[in-house]
Amino acid sequence: MSEARGPESSVEPIAVERGASLWRDALVRLRKNHLAAAGLVALFALLVVSLLTPWIAPYGYEDQDLALGAVPPSGAHWFGTDLLGRDLFTRVLYGGRISLLVGFAATGVSLCVGVLYGACAGYLGGRTDALMMRFVDILYSLPFVIFVIILTVYFGRNIVLLFMAIGAVEWLTMARIVRGQVMSLRQKEFIEATTVMGLPRHRVLLWHLIPNTLGPIIVYATLTVPRVMLMEAFLSYLGLGVQAPMSSWGLLINEGVQTMENRPWMLIFPSLALSITLFSLNFLGDGLRDALDVRASKD
Amino acid sequence: MPLLDVHELTTHFHTREGVVRAVNGVSFRVEPGETIGIVGESGSGKTVASLSLLGLIPSPPGRIEKGTAVFDGVDLLACGAQTLRSIRGRAISMIFQDPMTALNPFMRIGDQLMEPLRVHEGVSRREARAQAAEMLRLVGIQDGARNLDAWPHEFSGGMRQRVMIAMALITRPHLLIADEPTTALDVTIQAQILELLARLQRELGMAVILITHDLGVVARVCRRLYVMYAGQVMESASTDELFARPQHPYTEALLQSLPSTHVKGEPLHTIPGLPPDLIAPIAGCPFAPRCAKATDRCGRGTPALQEIAPGRATACFRVQDGEL
Amino acid sequence: MLKYIIRRLLGFVPTLFVIATVVFFLIRLAPGGPFDAERNVSDEVLRNLEAYYRLDAPLHEQYFRYLWDVLHGDLGPSFEKPSRTVSEWIAYRFPVSLELGLYGLAVALVLGLCAGITASLRPNTLTDHVPMTFAMAGICIPNFVLGPLLVLALSIHLGWLPVSGWEYPEDKILPAITLGVPYAAYIARLSRGGMLEVLSQDFIRTARAKGLSEARVVLRHALRGGIQPVVAFLGPATAGLITGSFVVENIFQIPGLGSEFVGAALHRDYTMILGTVLFFAALILLFNLLVDLAQAWLDPRVRYE
Repeated sequence: MSEARGPESSVEPIAVERGASLWRDALVRLRKNHLAAAGLVALFALLVVSLLTPWIAPYGYEDQDLALGAVPPSGAHWFGTDLLGRDLFTRVLYGGRISLLVGFAATGVSLCVGVLYGACAGYLGGRTDALMMRFVDILYSLPFVIFVIILTVYFGRNIVLLFMAIGAVEWLTMARIVRGQVMSLRQKEFIEATTVMGLPRHRVLLWHLIPNTLGPIIVYATLTVPRVMLMEAFLSYLGLGVQAPMSSWGLLINEGVQTMENRPWMLIFPSLALSITLFSLNFLGDGLRDALDVRASKD
Repeated sequence: MPLLDVHELTTHFHTREGVVRAVNGVSFRVEPGETIGIVGESGSGKTVASLSLLGLIPSPPGRIEKGTAVFDGVDLLACGAQTLRSIRGRAISMIFQDPMTALNPFMRIGDQLMEPLRVHEGVSRREARAQAAEMLRLVGIQDGARNLDAWPHEFSGGMRQRVMIAMALITRPHLLIADEPTTALDVTIQAQILELLARLQRELGMAVILITHDLGVVARVCRRLYVMYAGQVMESASTDELFARPQHPYTEALLQSLPSTHVKGEPLHTIPGLPPDLIAPIAGCPFAPRCAKATDRCGRGTPALQEIAPGRATACFRVQDGEL
Repeated sequence: MLKYIIRRLLGFVPTLFVIATVVFFLIRLAPGGPFDAERNVSDEVLRNLEAYYRLDAPLHEQYFRYLWDVLHGDLGPSFEKPSRTVSEWIAYRFPVSLELGLYGLAVALVLGLCAGITASLRPNTLTDHVPMTFAMAGICIPNFVLGPLLVLALSIHLGWLPVSGWEYPEDKILPAITLGVPYAAYIARLSRGGMLEVLSQDFIRTARAKGLSEARVVLRHALRGGIQPVVAFLGPATAGLITGSFVVENIFQIPGLGSEFVGAALHRDYTMILGTVLFFAALILLFNLLVDLAQAWLDPRVRYE
């Protein structure tokens, strides 16, 4: 025992182990967090179901049965039908596709723009940084919801394009987070070493700085997805997003609200679908934040 | 009768990774008006022991498993939160290692200083303010009245530690626990703060427990010393005795590693190995794996702290048996 | 202090200028016009209309003339509802949105702070998990679901509160709750996080070592630092509460500025859109300034310069 505790043998392995297993540690912590793990599973299930929707769905999303009208849940129509006799289960499935598509497309855009912008500002520093961040400040004072509504009115025809646009204005917080991370990393020795080594700037930025800010980026992106999905539902609810006969959870909820007194299932099922998805994503985001030990301020 | 008599204090932390045995059966006593030192490396349990006395262990995960600590006839470990609160900050005060973080940045110096008086003695605001200004003068901050309205961030580290001391002493406690009071300060400030503590201790007639890893500090101000290692007391003796004739191999190694005992040109003396991981149960003497004089026996049973001469105790089998 | 405020207020001007420019060109370069819907107007009438609203001039000229008017405090006439100017519409509709927003803010603060602080005192126990689960629900159940559900339960089934309207005090309860709950949820999470952070700091141990009661430790020593994240959030939150009440106004049929704006956007009411955006942007800037001042007041380390 006294042999094993010699100074050389006890210090080295600890350091090596830490470096290699940072991500594995995080994964272990994430799996211990049951809510986050459940969120991940639910999200994965939703993803699979959405991909397979055209094959799973018992009916077409436009298939009407006016003679049937709105009936409560039954064996033939698990979630019931809407006023036009369309199968609600099918429509919820298709709505999920839209929701996910929109959530990931917009988050993807916000990720690209935000990370690049923030990393550039943080890395270049000085005047450039001040100017770039001043621009972000200005955009911050733009009433976001209102801006999105304006975008809707003009891009309304194409839902994916619209949410790319939302993503493009939703990158501000991401840019701030990345900038902060990069600025603190810039002081660290291993980045200074790259300067000494004479690496070109874009290489330093892409290969050394951004990978080291990955934790906060992942966490914030995970939390952006539900926000964008909520935004889609909100716009569709207001009649500004997805247009009938296409389906979307927000649209379905709106239809449900109109008739909730007599046909509560039309409100309940789409609401449940939306809320469960939002729960999953938020729990996952929270879990990731704890697992990766990210302390980014919320908003 | 001692002012404070701590017996077999045991504090464990029940963490997800396992039980951290931070303090294992520590006993010591403090006479009225004397200054004792508790010395040990970081992680030896000296801070946890002192926080346990005042019920300041974060709980969960911390838990005081057993032991008694009789202060002025009251067992601090069993008296309940209410009684303990009335003792803390009134009869026993504590100052902490880092003065930069120990003061509330959101409160004016004066308000923080007056708080113990206002809470424990119901002193009027006016009177408390006067006493606070007086106390600031006593710790060497001139123009006390004006500084009462200052914010902590306007003060330097040394000044803040003076404020901490003033705050601890404003109720004239019988016992002051000073946990590494000079570690975070510049060397020149360190001397001033020690000087100040020693002077106030004489003037106010209180007892002081000085907790530090710095043997140089305790040598200057403490009458008696307890050496801690891995949550246990290894040796206790008067300061002079301990420095002149260390009995426990750990104390000996500790003294040898002091740079001042070092002969120029020789390599610096270090103790090989690391302190034990307190999560794993320790069989035998915790120092045995690093001890040059350990025998088979040291790995089997845990030696208890035993008196080997009046005022001297050590927890080493070989010393107790007269082998060393 | 005063100098700082004035400097910040002056800083609003370029920001608003950039916003006006971006939004002006964005809406004008998009396809469609305000009079597309009116098919049965003669060309002559249309020309007159365009002349009246200066739509016949080159775009850059319109832009400069618009800016010039705005500088004089004139947001122009509404295209869609010409009976009043845009400023008059805002003055007419905004008080309702403001009132609703303030009620929502009150709900958010009271609920959120109580839940968050309670949760922070005993982390990872029942008194932490229960309020935080509710907070998560508040974030994940959007207000256009929550509102109708509340109406369904409390108004339609139990008949306790009116279904819609904005006249009597009891009309305002459900809208305020519907609007405030998601923000309460965020505030609960933020205040819990902030309090946990502060409660773990050294100076809290100092406060306990002074023998203070737990209530005094929390209220006098921890609270001020612990609610900093909430204060920082209040800027965007207040702005969101006042500008983002479309859904609640829609559900409860409240005649606020939010519903007005959606209509304006749909009808390409250029001046109305621009006017509302500028007005809301100015509000947001103002709230951010107020929040910065509040933060400086709460935390003496924050300096104005």
